[in-house]
Amino acid sequence: MTDDLTQLTIKEASRLLRLGSISAADLVTAHVQRIERLDQHVKAFLRFTPEVWEKQADEADRRLRQGDAPPLCGIPLAVKDVLCVRGVETTAGSQILKGFRPPYTATAVARLFEAGAVMLGVTNCDEFAMGSSTENSGYFPTRNPWDLERVPGGSSGGSAAAVAAGEAMIALGSDTGGSIRQPAALCGVVGMKPTYGRVSRYGLIAFASSLDQIGPFARSVDDAAITLSLMSGLDPLDATSSDRAGMEVLNNFGAGVKGMRLGVPREYYDVKGIEPGVKSAIDAALAVLRTQGAEVVEVSLPHTDYGLAAYYIIAPAECSSNLARFDGVRYGMSEVDAPNITEQYLETRRKGFGSEVRRRVMLGTYALSSGYYDAYYLKAQKVRTLIKRDFDEAFKQCDAIVSATSPTVAFPIGSKTQNPLSMYLCDVLTLGGNLAGLPGISVPCGTSHGLPVGLQVLGPQWGENVVLRVARSYEEASGVKTQVADVV
Amino acid sequence: MSSPSGDARHLPAQRGGVWEVVIGMEVHVQPRTRSKMFCGCAIGELGDAPNTHVCEVCLGLPGVLPVPNKAAVEACLKTALALGCEIPRHTKFDRKNYMYPDLPKGYQISQYDLPMSINGHLDVGGRKVRIRRVHLEEDTGKLIHAGDKLHKAWESYVDLNRAGVPLMEIVSEPDLRSADEARDYAIELRTLLRTIGASEAEMEKGQMRAEPNISIRREGSSELGVKTELKNINSFRALHRAILFEVERQKQLLEAGDTVVQETRGWSEAEQRTFSQRSKEFAEDYRYFPEPDIPPLELDRAWIEDLRRGLPELPAVRRARLVADHSLPHRDVAVIGADRELADLFDGAVAAGAPAKQVANWIVAEVAPSGKLPSAQNLAELVKLVSDGSITRDQAREVLVESVETGRTPAEIAAEHGHKQVSDESELRVLAEAVIDANPKAAADFRGGKKQAMQALMADLRKRAPQANPKVANELLLKLLG
Repeated sequence: MTDDLTQLTIKEASRLLRLGSISAADLVTAHVQRIERLDQHVKAFLRFTPEVWEKQADEADRRLRQGDAPPLCGIPLAVKDVLCVRGVETTAGSQILKGFRPPYTATAVARLFEAGAVMLGVTNCDEFAMGSSTENSGYFPTRNPWDLERVPGGSSGGSAAAVAAGEAMIALGSDTGGSIRQPAALCGVVGMKPTYGRVSRYGLIAFASSLDQIGPFARSVDDAAITLSLMSGLDPLDATSSDRAGMEVLNNFGAGVKGMRLGVPREYYDVKGIEPGVKSAIDAALAVLRTQGAEVVEVSLPHTDYGLAAYYIIAPAECSSNLARFDGVRYGMSEVDAPNITEQYLETRRKGFGSEVRRRVMLGTYALSSGYYDAYYLKAQKVRTLIKRDFDEAFKQCDAIVSATSPTVAFPIGSKTQNPLSMYLCDVLTLGGNLAGLPGISVPCGTSHGLPVGLQVLGPQWGENVVLRVARSYEEASGVKTQVADVV
Repeated sequence: MSSPSGDARHLPAQRGGVWEVVIGMEVHVQPRTRSKMFCGCAIGELGDAPNTHVCEVCLGLPGVLPVPNKAAVEACLKTALALGCEIPRHTKFDRKNYMYPDLPKGYQISQYDLPMSINGHLDVGGRKVRIRRVHLEEDTGKLIHAGDKLHKAWESYVDLNRAGVPLMEIVSEPDLRSADEARDYAIELRTLLRTIGASEAEMEKGQMRAEPNISIRREGSSELGVKTELKNINSFRALHRAILFEVERQKQLLEAGDTVVQETRGWSEAEQRTFSQRSKEFAEDYRYFPEPDIPPLELDRAWIEDLRRGLPELPAVRRARLVADHSLPHRDVAVIGADRELADLFDGAVAAGAPAKQVANWIVAEVAPSGKLPSAQNLAELVKLVSDGSITRDQAREVLVESVETGRTPAEIAAEHGHKQVSDESELRVLAEAVIDANPKAAADFRGGKKQAMQALMADLRKRAPQANPKVANELLLKLLG
């Protein structure tokens, strides 16, 4: 019985809660029990927050009794370790921030708290969200609930795995080059990256500020949509946040795809390294969408090949600056016994950062250096403009773009750690959406060799409702219901 | 203005002719705002307890974001407009990256290639000094070392009250040619900033910091010499002295066949000399790039025009008007033209019907030194009471003080104290005779040809009868002694 409560969607759970069939405490307890049973294997969570969930579940039950329950009242939530929560240790998956308890809560999280969500804990991720497998965590790797020998994807691997394993009903992640969509695909859950500016980044420990967006993981497109709508909107604490109403993401997203034109970029469809099993799952998904009345057309994103290179200049450049504050002077790890301030910086950062973070800080520092700036950073920004134009052109011919989310299914742990470039290629289909600031979703579309495959839908700027509409239509028509992994 | 310690514009050189001094100024000014540049923290005062005006944003905690302060942008734009700068349609913030314990984020948010304004000028003593740019940035914190310098200190403390305080950086072209000019430029800039209300610009309070870039070259040469940049200058006087010292130091180096090293030098007020702080031989690479957390600002033309229209009369215009409309002497113009409040007082009192020259005298001699301003109406009334002979100057001084303190009108105060001026000859004749009788020696001296002796007699007369009309009394004394 209690395990059944961990298989629910928000809609189903909310109905039971409002009917009084279950309490928020029951729902939380069911999830905590499942976590106790499974997370020793999955290792999705870095930390649990009983002091938070007890209070929030009590409050949720009080409001349910009073009949003024907010939309996410009592819904169990997991939060990626890059989102600050007041008083809760938040480390961005890094040793350098061990023990850091922020005195503020990220706006996106605060809004979900206001909507009644109950936080279960902090999920694992690649250190500072740099990676595609969660193996770069400064603590331990997370495992894919569908095959514990494989990665859950990354960087938001903990959040994806938690939702896939039934350890949380929804989770928050951040997506800089695909860090929500790719693990969602590999774990067989829904994951959405909103348009840049849709969700406030206040309280998100920055990786690459011009690319980062916070988004939800969920077990259904509906759940992702409602969660996103509740955390969106203008935030006076983030100058890059938009004043567009959050609820617009729900604008007629149940209308189906009949009459819509869906573009398949040939550069994505035939991307190098795409697995045959992934390709056939995508073909099947396109067929489903056609039967729903969508017209599938071929489009082109001609600068796709340059996207990866541009991304791996811009993201490290911004990260080299964003991570400069971790200097051991004010908080986090500090090698105070160093003989002078320069040594203190070097020792703190050498010990506190993992190798991938150090690699990217060095790459970015180099790309911004005098004499190299024009050839690297400036050139990369020009490529970024070209990629935006590619999408602008494509969206003249279609309403949304569909492709695989990841060229591969979940890969074995350790198989790519020795070759950073092979790991970087995981993001080849997702990072264009970040460079162009566009909304994108990954929705489960079957399996290949028993492992989940994700269908990516990208929309034009502020076109979350279009993206959700396509994803929802597919979800409904295909009958591919997001399943909770059995694990063991 | 010329300096009593002499001007270094022309230094006689032993070989190769005369040295020419070339100075460009970087002036940092704290705009008048209630809060910091990118967060809601209050701007503290010098001497506040360390780290009492800080929040997660100016502490650079993880995940926080900067939101630009509109009041600071407005002050910067007003300054730029007052300096005749061009305001581009778009401006943006950039990150200047370097690590130092007083810089919480590891970068300073500043402006690099699209500053808020460019190409202005400031007229200083009839000379046009070109302004290269005026941009906005944030201040850093402060280190307090237990021990000597940072690398020798056994412990260092960080105070982040100043971190994130807005600063306008006003950069001139190297158009200044002497310590005098550099100081006058800084003073003129302060006058302008105060006039437009952009800043209090108190150097002693750290609201204005002047950093001269100094080099020297043979007169007639068009190439610039190697420059040094001076820091730690806390007053106009220090600015002047530091430049004089630095010019002399460079001159001695070059004349001895040495070279000037490009570096930042600090001014030691205690030792009255500059010392090397940081060599710039290996220029630091700040890796500037656009600040991704703040979208580029689109500067709305209508807003700019509103700001331009809202500017008060600028000091240069005001000075010209004081001369043209009122024929005030240079000395009065220098005082009244340098302070918006004094100038407004002058204009108000003249508008209220008081004679301009006498209003100027009262402002320069009495109001400006006291720093306490009466209302324009009251000053006008006071000047009229004196000029129509109703009260004496001595009485008027007392009345002014009281009027400033209480805000009451001079006529009321004079009446209450029974102040009036006695000009009646018969009354004054009795008084004058008594003074002569009481001061036989002074009277004898005067008759013997010592004209200064009259001062002693007049002083005694005014002591006995402050209400006496000094002009009439003086004439009577002369007549009686003649």
